[in-house]
Amino acid sequence: MTRKLLGPFNRVEGDLEVEVEITDDVVSKAWVNSPLYRGFEQILQGKPPLDALTYTPRICGICSVSQSIACANAIADAQGITLDTKPVNGQLVTNLILACENLADHLTHFYLFFMPDFAREAYQGKSWHAEIAERFRAQTGTATISMLKARAEFMHITGILAGKWPHSLSLQPGGTTTSASSANKVELLAILMSFRQFLESQLFADQLENISTLENDDALKRWMELHPQSDFAQFLQVADDLKLDQLGQIPANLMSYGAYDFQHKALFPQGIWTSGAMHSLQTDLIKEDISHSWMLSQNGPKHPFQGNTQPDPEQADGYSWCKAPRYDKGVLEVGALARQTIAEHPLALDLVKNHQSNVRNRVITRLLELARILPEMESWVRQINPEQTFCHTLPIPDEAEGQGLVEAARGSLGHWVRIRNGRILNYQIIAPTTWNFSPRDKDNIPGALEQALLGTPIDEGDEGGEGGKDSIAIQHIVRSFDPCMVCTVH
Amino acid sequence: MFNILWLQSGGCGGCSMSLLNAESPDVMTRFKSANINMLWHPSLSEASADEFVTLLNDILADTIPLHALCLEGSVMRGPNGTGRFHMLAGTGKSMMIWLEELAKKAHYTVAIGSCAAFGGITSAGSNPGDACGLQYEGRERGGLLGADWQSTHQFPVINIAGCPTHPDWVTDMLSQLAMGDLTLSHLDELNRPRAYTDHLVHHGCARNEYYEYKASAEVLGDMGCMMEHKGCIGTQARADCNIRPWNGKGSCLDGGYPCINCTAPEFEEPRKSFTETPKIAGIPVGLPTDMPKAWFVALASLSKAATPQRLKDNATAKKITTPPGSKTS
Repeated sequence: MTRKLLGPFNRVEGDLEVEVEITDDVVSKAWVNSPLYRGFEQILQGKPPLDALTYTPRICGICSVSQSIACANAIADAQGITLDTKPVNGQLVTNLILACENLADHLTHFYLFFMPDFAREAYQGKSWHAEIAERFRAQTGTATISMLKARAEFMHITGILAGKWPHSLSLQPGGTTTSASSANKVELLAILMSFRQFLESQLFADQLENISTLENDDALKRWMELHPQSDFAQFLQVADDLKLDQLGQIPANLMSYGAYDFQHKALFPQGIWTSGAMHSLQTDLIKEDISHSWMLSQNGPKHPFQGNTQPDPEQADGYSWCKAPRYDKGVLEVGALARQTIAEHPLALDLVKNHQSNVRNRVITRLLELARILPEMESWVRQINPEQTFCHTLPIPDEAEGQGLVEAARGSLGHWVRIRNGRILNYQIIAPTTWNFSPRDKDNIPGALEQALLGTPIDEGDEGGEGGKDSIAIQHIVRSFDPCMVCTVH
Repeated sequence: MFNILWLQSGGCGGCSMSLLNAESPDVMTRFKSANINMLWHPSLSEASADEFVTLLNDILADTIPLHALCLEGSVMRGPNGTGRFHMLAGTGKSMMIWLEELAKKAHYTVAIGSCAAFGGITSAGSNPGDACGLQYEGRERGGLLGADWQSTHQFPVINIAGCPTHPDWVTDMLSQLAMGDLTLSHLDELNRPRAYTDHLVHHGCARNEYYEYKASAEVLGDMGCMMEHKGCIGTQARADCNIRPWNGKGSCLDGGYPCINCTAPEFEEPRKSFTETPKIAGIPVGLPTDMPKAWFVALASLSKAATPQRLKDNATAKKITTPPGSKTS
């Protein structure tokens, strides 16, 4: 039995350290450490509530819009603004900006963060290596430049609707500060068509609608045979060869806050999926445990309205700046797999039924979202009515509290704000990777990644060497969650 | 080849994400054209874990020359000066110490974004992380490396400030360094690139006519000038945001919200709400840069008296309600 410290992991957002215990060449225990603490929850105390809209997007440069929307929703909740009272145009533009960020993030994850690991020298003996390396090698692969161009042009949506990305102030509790004109609608549709062409020529080599209507894993495998040159099929072939459906596998216990609200319903509904069954979401069951965090100890796990954040690096059992969020005491995984399973997409349900949550399923459902959401964006643009209002402005109450929920690319993001005397008394944030990369709780139950790493093959004798060979399986597992470490601790 | 090492610490990674927005051409092509070799970048490189730590040690051992060290995010000095708020993963050593050691090897040191330059958002409020910039702590020179510190090519830390940075600001400066073209005269009084800080955000603002006549927005999203009521300090902010578009055609002002002067030290603590203008006797505190107060007051009252009805109508509307007249002379 040996112990090994791994890090830093790049091609994740922020810094990450993983410690593993190795027994008989497999990981027998894992500890995930989020090594950066900044203190946004402390910074926000005492600020005017609306100033949180300037601070919170800056928690994260890759989930910036999601942070803005969670903040705007929390303040809206405190103001008593509901979906019924928010202008339809404001909902449409908010959805468009969020979808733009989320889809760009999925694209960035696939092409820049995840696939380059298969171009490593460690896989040189594989029949697929030469082709994958030419396409996906970090910095120089042929996909990099075409993906960067497609991504940057797609992000013009934020130039038009949000002023800029990241760190916009256009997303407000009552809607958006931008008003789209008829001319803007034409521009937006052209941008979406251009991005659709990239996806349909390179990522899928097929129409988006043929991906979003795949009914099960068998249909996906048949599709792969018919479109072998698409980037998606290239991944699926590698996934079959490396058995990525067995890697990083954990029981699918999932949560989604629900995504893309429009006219009283969400495109992807909220919910909890545990032990193969759906349950309704009750946010009062969310508690943060700090027994293994470098945080000043408190009297048991706390709901975020009661929680606070006082760092204490001397905490005896602490090994991460991350807190451990739990739902009804259980560990949950969040992200595209959770969203699509809880939205009961047939492919996602079949994948989860067969092999629960694993590296392959996490990646497939992310790409499924690219195919499912882009056509929705086209529809949202068409529904904008430039003659009607985009934003309501309401006063901030002196005393109130609010909860703001949103689905970021990498999963469920929540903000909880308490306002006293017109100022922020307390602000608590639970980010997607706080769930996925949480440390152990007081019952010593490990977080989702800590569980997913168990059983991973690792060569005890190899001290690293060229290409990080011994830890490559661990890297696939870590990156399959598309972690955002700057959000995790904030 | 011009070797760049790009590290991240107490920030959000948004300057890297913004860098990927570079267009015509993309960021990789731009670097290639300047003969830049990205030794390591957190979002772009293959090397991870041991491979990366080996690279850092090779730089410290002078095996690999380091032409530019880029830091994105603030230096985390806390708690109590230990740097424990950011221990570089897998190394057991604080990023603060790594930066001190690596900076000694770099021909040039570059702060990417306002966090790395001055402390930025991470140093807001009570500054719980004891965050600072590489060579500034807010407006005060010093920071991690000290007021008089110079890199091996006798340059102070180059501060590409902004929250986030525009992709062109970064690619232009790094390419200029790689070409050996940079002189101290290219930097302003805070060592920011004059290529963009010789401008004011006010320059090219689509709301300029409203500014001229003091036709003001009342809520965010109104078309009028946001200086009088909505906290806009674009007339003082040093950047070319309305000359060089963001994400194809945007800017904060075009997005319907005010300039918060994010290229300046201490922008994170405006001592007022970001979206409100403090006033004394009805006159906004904080005048346009280089403008004598008496003249500003006199011109403002004169122009306000002369405001065309069209601008009065449109200033508080979300889109043009009164178009310009057709009379040409």
